[in-house]
Amino acid sequence: MSTYVNNSLKEQQDLSEFKGVFILGEQRDGKIQAVTFELLTWGRGIADELGCELGCVLLGAEIENMQEVIARGADKVFFIQDPIFKNFLPQPYSNAITRLVQEEKPEIIIAGATTTGRTVMPLVAAKTNTGLTADCTELTIDHETKLLLQTRPAIGGNIMATIKTPNTRPQMATVRPRSAKQAAIDTARTGEIIVKNYAGSTIMTVEKFLEFMIDTTQAVSIEEADVIIAGGKGMKNAAGFKLVEELAGLMGAAVGATRDAVELGWCTYPHQIGLSGKTVSPKLILALGIAGKIQFLAGMQTSDVIVAINKDPEAQIFKVADFGIVGDVFEVVPMLMEAVKKMKAIA
Amino acid sequence: MKIIVLVKQVPGTDSVKLDPITGVMVRTGKDTIINPLDENALAEAIRIKNTYPDVTITAVSMGPVSAMKAIKEAIAMGADDGVLVSGREFAGSDTIATAKVIAAAIQKTGKFDLILCGERATDGETGQTAAMIAHYLTIPAQTYVSQLEVLADGVIVKRTVESGFERVQVDFPLLVSVNKDISDTGFPTLSGKLRAKQVEVPMWGNTELGFDKCELGLTGSPTRVVKIFSPKLSRDTIMAKANGSMQPVNELMAFLMQKDVI
Repeated sequence: MSTYVNNSLKEQQDLSEFKGVFILGEQRDGKIQAVTFELLTWGRGIADELGCELGCVLLGAEIENMQEVIARGADKVFFIQDPIFKNFLPQPYSNAITRLVQEEKPEIIIAGATTTGRTVMPLVAAKTNTGLTADCTELTIDHETKLLLQTRPAIGGNIMATIKTPNTRPQMATVRPRSAKQAAIDTARTGEIIVKNYAGSTIMTVEKFLEFMIDTTQAVSIEEADVIIAGGKGMKNAAGFKLVEELAGLMGAAVGATRDAVELGWCTYPHQIGLSGKTVSPKLILALGIAGKIQFLAGMQTSDVIVAINKDPEAQIFKVADFGIVGDVFEVVPMLMEAVKKMKAIA
Repeated sequence: MKIIVLVKQVPGTDSVKLDPITGVMVRTGKDTIINPLDENALAEAIRIKNTYPDVTITAVSMGPVSAMKAIKEAIAMGADDGVLVSGREFAGSDTIATAKVIAAAIQKTGKFDLILCGERATDGETGQTAAMIAHYLTIPAQTYVSQLEVLADGVIVKRTVESGFERVQVDFPLLVSVNKDISDTGFPTLSGKLRAKQVEVPMWGNTELGFDKCELGLTGSPTRVVKIFSPKLSRDTIMAKANGSMQPVNELMAFLMQKDVI
């Protein structure tokens, strides 16, 4: 049976009690994930502006090389350790983070807009009764109020909204992976690793982790890729779509696809970019044979550099492109591969 | 087994307006659809109903009065009944305030086993409300689910995560938010359309749900929209035309090197 609990807003918090910035690190198989180092860049910048400490929260059974998190900018690492935290489970993760937040009272918490961050942060926000802004692309501190200004795209990136959490703490946000560079290593930095062992109801759960299966087609996952080669209907058929994969292989890039290409079975759903797929923001995206429906553009128009190759000079994709080539993908892409090979031979 | 499917009515096009003062989304009710991923959730509920005995599906939506259309559509596609949560006092709610209200409405519908919904909506795109609803109902939430296996007393879900898939087993009752891989969306049936006309769908406002007013709408929302602005979408595009020579490709390579992205 479910029971309705409403931990309401009525309880007044003493906002001055909340100090410091937390980021929520991520690990898989005990290895700290790259998103953690990006979050350290976000967190360090904000902590420096506020003149406060930066803490990195990590949950796991065993975690390798936590010193690196300090070298990359954290003042404190809060390692919540228990076998239950080896893999992500929403219940014990959110309970443990909530308990840490209640103990340490950070002013701000930033997590990655990953499947983990976007699952656990809403639970922590509801448990601590505070605001959460999803998928931010910009975080700044308001000079007067010292509040965290959280800017996010909405309605398919057609509108940007800046949001604040004025009356409750912590102020919480998730940020898009790849929206900041990884913080650099400075081995001279010092910090403290604090191990937290929680017992009882905090780590009890009805959720049972069974297994993790690596998706071999996601050798480079599209949310984390620097470069994405995406293909659409213009690739004509499954054999034609192979050209997208070949160019991606050559450039060490991830493969992306439009909804059409996925529905036609040329590529799998984890590669789908757009409103009903993933939102990506790489340094470079090459759109091959993609017309540029609004639903697709919504998922990629914040990319740094957009290149489009399409035979239709009127294709909408050219409107968001930095560089466009009007031409047949089957003629242009092999030439591009040749040019990339030549460049590699020189380098 | 009782399944609740959460359906959100979203604009069918990208022509949503935002109130320039409050920053709250204004939906006009014209050209609206069921959020595409909620349709996948509904399709999965119908698949379960067609596979196992004694399954009922209740569609729950929160939105303007015009969102009744989304519930009727869900019934036409195979839901048994529905509830619309609607009222002026709910307008302007952020994800926390919305989740509280939807959770209270679900609780009011009685005992349930499974809540299904899309992993996010195409308008707000926060993907936060589902997990928050689970919190207020004190049930577990599983997100980004691409496959669901029904067991005697729970489910095994397959979650699509960054570099692969996770399988997790959870007992009933629970909330599951799904991605597009869960089920192919269905269509309204003739008998479904007839039923949609006959079924009386109750509309619950705060009279039925009984919240303290300070918990609703803008006052009940921890977050505030400070400003809204349009990002610059169009770029200064350099155009080249394929002409059988390496020239356009070489220009592209030079551009990419200059931008330091290759």
